[in-house]
Amino acid sequence: MYLMSEGGHTIPVVAPLEAEGAYTLLWLVVALPLLGAAVLLVGGRRTDRWGHLLGTATALASFVLSVVLFVDLLGREESERQVAQRLWEWMEVGGFSVGMDLLYDPLSALFLLLITGVGTLIHVYSIGYMEHDPRRRRFFAYLNLFVAAMLTLVLAENYVVLFLGWEGVGLASYLLIGFWQHKPSAAAAAKKAFVINRVGDIGLSLAIALMFVTFGTTSFTQVSELTSGAGEGTLTALGLLLLLGACGKSAQVPLQAWLLDAMEGPTPVSALIHAATMVTAGVYLVVRSNFVYELAPHAQTVVVVVATVTLLWGAVIGCARDDIKKVLAGSTMSQIGYMMLAAGLGVYGYAFAIFHLITHGFFKANMFLGAGSVMHGMADDVDMRRYGALRKAMPVTFLTFAMGYLAIIGFPLFSGFWSKDKIIETALVESPVAGVCALVGAGVTGFYMTRLMLMTFFTDKRWKEGVHPHESPSVMTVPLIVLAALSVLGGILLLGDWIVGWLAPVVGEAPHHEPPVPVIVLTVLTVAVVAVGVAAAWFLVGRREVARTAPQDVSFAVRAARADLYGDAINDAVVVRPGRRLVTLLLGVDHRGADGLFTGGGSAVAGVGGLLRRVQNGFVRSYALSVLAGALIVVIALMVVNS
Amino acid sequence: MDTTPYVVLSAILFTIGTVGVLTRRNAIVVFMCVELMLNACNLALVAFARQHGNLDGQIAAFFVMVVAAAEVVVGLAIIMTIFRTRRSASVDDASLLKY
Repeated sequence: MYLMSEGGHTIPVVAPLEAEGAYTLLWLVVALPLLGAAVLLVGGRRTDRWGHLLGTATALASFVLSVVLFVDLLGREESERQVAQRLWEWMEVGGFSVGMDLLYDPLSALFLLLITGVGTLIHVYSIGYMEHDPRRRRFFAYLNLFVAAMLTLVLAENYVVLFLGWEGVGLASYLLIGFWQHKPSAAAAAKKAFVINRVGDIGLSLAIALMFVTFGTTSFTQVSELTSGAGEGTLTALGLLLLLGACGKSAQVPLQAWLLDAMEGPTPVSALIHAATMVTAGVYLVVRSNFVYELAPHAQTVVVVVATVTLLWGAVIGCARDDIKKVLAGSTMSQIGYMMLAAGLGVYGYAFAIFHLITHGFFKANMFLGAGSVMHGMADDVDMRRYGALRKAMPVTFLTFAMGYLAIIGFPLFSGFWSKDKIIETALVESPVAGVCALVGAGVTGFYMTRLMLMTFFTDKRWKEGVHPHESPSVMTVPLIVLAALSVLGGILLLGDWIVGWLAPVVGEAPHHEPPVPVIVLTVLTVAVVAVGVAAAWFLVGRREVARTAPQDVSFAVRAARADLYGDAINDAVVVRPGRRLVTLLLGVDHRGADGLFTGGGSAVAGVGGLLRRVQNGFVRSYALSVLAGALIVVIALMVVNS
Repeated sequence: MDTTPYVVLSAILFTIGTVGVLTRRNAIVVFMCVELMLNACNLALVAFARQHGNLDGQIAAFFVMVVAAAEVVVGLAIIMTIFRTRRSASVDDASLLKY
């Protein structure tokens, strides 16, 4: 069943079939990692010795199950590729009912593979990375929890279950970012991520409330049918609220500030947050809600604006940072911006958003784990100014990282080339301004990634004394090799426009547009811009001596970029400080006003009591007088009433 | 028959009793005044019973007498104890139980 949009293309309605056969095991995909987390957390120290193996095994089992389901889905007719499973009735209030419903369709299928696949590799890698951490078992429990929450998010059939996964992801990210809680900076970063995510969650929960008010339901199936009957104002509001939620989770401007601090967590966590889970949730939300956005063009425009700002913002931050993880974090922001941009372009871009999300999942996980491997060899130093010439010391890490690097800058034939090129191309056709920004962003990406590459693996040795870089154990390098292979080959998803056709039942099919200039010209243009960025990095970083400490006499622009374009300062000035002032004010009102009222009332009663107790003077005769007076009053009253 | 004189007598006796309770300090006298009030009530009860021609009031008067007898026993015992400990039977002296 399809609805028609104003543009004349079709918007698919979610119309799943009842789960049967292998699909009745759908719940296991979520339940296995959840069970792993529960066993590891409840089992406590008894599970210390084998906890990491159990955690990895549950993720792997989930992955195997996802592959089985995916293969089965591949064999089905296009119209039968949506399967829903009702686990139980979750809540029922009057006419409103929410079921614990799961939806398995081409979109969730891809996410399932990405989350469990990359998630499993990260689990394997963590066995080596966290080997000497006394709390490794707990770490794996949280990783499992993270994966389970993200799987709930992408398998949900209604927005309430999605919200459950959404909050689960928020909780797990809080626990993992603050995993080294003995460091105050890590604890603060975790809190920051949590609080900023709450701001986004307000948007999502309001969106759910609005949906309930407007449609009386939150299930994708029903909402997708009913959107065409709603007013455009409502849908725009809905789209903006969903976007606010997506901004929080996906670190889009203005809720981007948590992402760089989130680097305080162990590196596998950064890989998990940036590649397979968490930040992709926002993109998923927008793509999943395509039936809302397609009918709310204004909301779509806002998505495009936010995405464009973010992709440049993140790229600029990536250029200035010397901390290898923060450069990668800036690049994640920027790449998620690309995905959001594609998602904002509507039916032309949804498939490419998901395509880039998947290839980005591969190469960003690859690079984060590679960065972790470098840190592992460099005694946990993250400052690139103290790296250099590591390609000989860590050949495997270097080669795998190089694959990720070539993929992210969009080197021809690597996965990122296909996915990013498609987004830039679509943007240039659909929204030229955003397209040009995306093109510039691609050049900047080439610059900062080359800078990272040069400072880490090339140039001269700037190691601190006593640091002896060494290759990581194979439990860490094997996931790197697998991810590197995926980074290279991820582009085959686009072969014959496979992914576009695959996602068509979920996001609809775009009407054919002939681009104003041949596609090949756009591709060459993109590659040329990237080449300029790479060359700039070569001349500015590769051919010069790299300073051991960051130079301080720099221009305003560099200082701004180093301070994350004053993102924190803006938050402070706009939200934190006025908030503090408001709280101080309210506290004063509370202390003087409310408290005064109540303590004043209390002391008044006490004072009156103090006076009244004088009546109890111990003289029997005065009591007798009181009794007499009372009796007289009763008699007089009786006489008055009876007369 | 006209019961007015009896009721008037009862009222007078009750008033005397009340004034006695309120003004006298000696516990024994206060006690006697209480008895006087009780008996004033008895008189009224009997008078009204007579006036209405039934026996309810007279039965009530018997009850009052029985209760008064019991009360005298307890009351005198208390007064005795107070007198033994304080060498005084003044109700104003026993005023420790207060704020």
